[in-house]
Amino acid sequence: MSFLSAQGILVFFLLGMVVFSFFSEQFLSQSNIMTVVRQASIIGIIAVGVTVVIIGGNLDLSVGSLLSFSTVLVVDLHDKIGPVNAILLMFALTLLIGAVNGFLIGFMRLNSLIVTLAMLSAIQGLVLIYSGGQNVDIANQQGTWFAFFGRGYVAGIAVPILLFGLLAIVVQVVMSYTGYGRRIFAVGGNPMAAVYSGIRKNWCVFSTYLISAFCVACAALVLGSRVMGSQNNVGQGYELLVLAGIILGGTSLLGGAGSIWKTVIGVLILGFIQNGLLLMGYPYYIQWIVTWVIIILAVWLDLANKRKRLLTTHS
Amino acid sequence: MNPSQGNAVQRPPIDAEPVLRLAGITKRFPGVVALNSVDFDVRPGEVHALLGENGAGKSTLMKVLAGKHKANEGKIILGGEEMEFENPKHAKRAGVVLIHQEQSLVPEMTVAENIFLGSLPKKWGNRVDWRKLREDTNKILETLKCSFQHDDLVGSLSIAKKQMVEIARALVFTPRVVVFDEPTASLTDHEKPVLYDVIHSLCDQGVGIVYISHRMDEIFHLSHRISVLRDGEYTGTVNTCATSEDEVTRMMIGRSLELDHASKPSEFGDNMLEIRNLSVKRVFEDVSFNVRKGEIVGMYGLVGAGRSEVAETIFGLRTPVAGDVVLDGEVVNFRHSHDAVAAGIALVPEDRKDQGLILGMNCRDNMTLAGLGTVSSMGFMKGSAERTVYDKYQQAMKIKTPGWRQKVGNLSGGNQQKIVIGKWLHTHPKLLILDEPTRGIDVGSKAEIHALVKDLAKSGYAVLVISSEMPEVLGLSNRIIAMYDGRVTAEFDGDSVSEDELVQAITGMGKPSPTAAVTG
Repeated sequence: MSFLSAQGILVFFLLGMVVFSFFSEQFLSQSNIMTVVRQASIIGIIAVGVTVVIIGGNLDLSVGSLLSFSTVLVVDLHDKIGPVNAILLMFALTLLIGAVNGFLIGFMRLNSLIVTLAMLSAIQGLVLIYSGGQNVDIANQQGTWFAFFGRGYVAGIAVPILLFGLLAIVVQVVMSYTGYGRRIFAVGGNPMAAVYSGIRKNWCVFSTYLISAFCVACAALVLGSRVMGSQNNVGQGYELLVLAGIILGGTSLLGGAGSIWKTVIGVLILGFIQNGLLLMGYPYYIQWIVTWVIIILAVWLDLANKRKRLLTTHS
Repeated sequence: MNPSQGNAVQRPPIDAEPVLRLAGITKRFPGVVALNSVDFDVRPGEVHALLGENGAGKSTLMKVLAGKHKANEGKIILGGEEMEFENPKHAKRAGVVLIHQEQSLVPEMTVAENIFLGSLPKKWGNRVDWRKLREDTNKILETLKCSFQHDDLVGSLSIAKKQMVEIARALVFTPRVVVFDEPTASLTDHEKPVLYDVIHSLCDQGVGIVYISHRMDEIFHLSHRISVLRDGEYTGTVNTCATSEDEVTRMMIGRSLELDHASKPSEFGDNMLEIRNLSVKRVFEDVSFNVRKGEIVGMYGLVGAGRSEVAETIFGLRTPVAGDVVLDGEVVNFRHSHDAVAAGIALVPEDRKDQGLILGMNCRDNMTLAGLGTVSSMGFMKGSAERTVYDKYQQAMKIKTPGWRQKVGNLSGGNQQKIVIGKWLHTHPKLLILDEPTRGIDVGSKAEIHALVKDLAKSGYAVLVISSEMPEVLGLSNRIIAMYDGRVTAEFDGDSVSEDELVQAITGMGKPSPTAAVTG
């Protein structure tokens, strides 16, 4: 039983895979699995960053429209100032927006939910002003090395998957094995005690939003490169999918606990469920409803587990 | 540890049929037997003290009694009738009430709403009967002789008054047994007599009182009988008038406690800390004192006198409007705790759960949190170095844990406090500030912490101890700084000051307060 509750999410994952494979022969084929992981990698890359914010005790809801912003920017600038400059400028501006979030939440101590929700709306407006409502695309789609990030392969593995994996591993190592990671856990676990231990809480919170923005910029790189064009609202709803993946993985929204590893699993589960539903012939909008059910289920299971633990400890 | 206390007021046992009897209570949790066949009874009109070290099972026993836990074996007999409490509300209606250690009030609601929370008087249409609520509340507040009003917001009350609200809550249902769990943990000596009066008046009405506390002076002052638990076992009941502190302590910890007679430090060096005319707006004003190397300075005063705030200002958590903090000859005036830690100041804060520890983190990680730089290289944590640090302080302070992976939230109060102290010793500070270092901690751990503090001072640390407990301040300090209402009112020599003088200095009164009789 203790194994089930600890690894519950993994068991759930494998069980789901088996069920879907009954309904569709394609489901477990290598090419399908690779497709799913590749599709999930954009959400995954963002989720890696947001997980850090959540461990630090805050939320980031602005990632969806920030993804729109960054993708539109990098695609539009590609033809205007060249790919290298476009990428550099896109990273700089994305990090700047992350810094604004971080400043307001870390140093001004405003509520993260409200700040990032407002930012979500503000950036969406910014995107429309920038693009004038027009969709953007890259003219010469075949002749640019920019295609590498979304369409390329290294050693037979798609670059988005590699990028996702690399980011996940690096951030996981930072969170588990560095003093910085320890401080983030401390700030998320008990901000007051962290300050009383001489930790610069404001800087810690600020930095988590830079990490989150950096991850969004990476995701924009992959998305822009894969589609070679962008709608103004391409990232709409991503903030919820990202949160769904994180919650599904089992990272508590209360802060001070969680891991990147869990988030990777959560995001993959989400991807396979969506893919499985499509293969079973359901229309794609069904996944939104199913995602909702799954989130509620995941949160409820998590809570039930915690309650049980509370009841069995005495003191 | 005040050796002169204990025999002031003693009450002979009351001879009456018990109003409540617990017989053979056994409670098992997965992996542990928390209570093993425990017997306990309370007679009407008596104060029955329940003693035991942290983790001995007192709280579990009371939770069984109040219906929060169900016993695996045993009987609860209330007024001759065998009861089985399904939940706390059920127990409350039957007349068994627990006054919580951690206050469970809603700060945004009024006193009246809090008192009747869950049982608001209703009139037709299921609407709240505000007038009856007001009248009932006033009646209760009158019996408790409370100085606050029914429509005061609970959040605006002092801790002592909040506690009165908790007690008022217990009186809604005519109680037969009231359990006080560490009721004085957050009260100052000055505020305790009010609580004692309430307890006496409950006794006069024939209510049975169970009184849990770590403070021997209170127990000997209040109780008729004393029962002791040790490691979940019942070790016996004695009449208060026929026992001694030594005997009770032996029952609790299974051995005679080397009472804290280690000598105070006596060799002092230069000034380590000097506070010059420090002021923080609306909190304290013109505070000046100094602490020398190897010296223990006690800071004594009521809650709200500004003691903790002075410590926080030294530590860089508050910004002063005037004055200087001088550390080791240098004017420092830190703006952030990070700088204070880097300069060698350690603060063991007043509230270990909110300020001292990350409860969800394990013991090792909490211990190294203030000195991450010393257990990492190039930013990466060195697991083995962390373990070495943990093992060192765990052994030095005899911290009882199942292992370093244990979350500190699961440890007893005494062990939690030792983790906080270990965390700061690991930073090798020049100045150690301890704010209420033994609040809510059992006698065994308390004596250990006191001995530790003296040893630290003797090895050269400058130590500032803030405490509301007179015996602690007297037992530890070379010098005592008294604060009242944001000002330093006097400075005393720790060995020659009288308790009367101290009480006068911290209450701003010309004559000794009745507290002196209680603590003396």
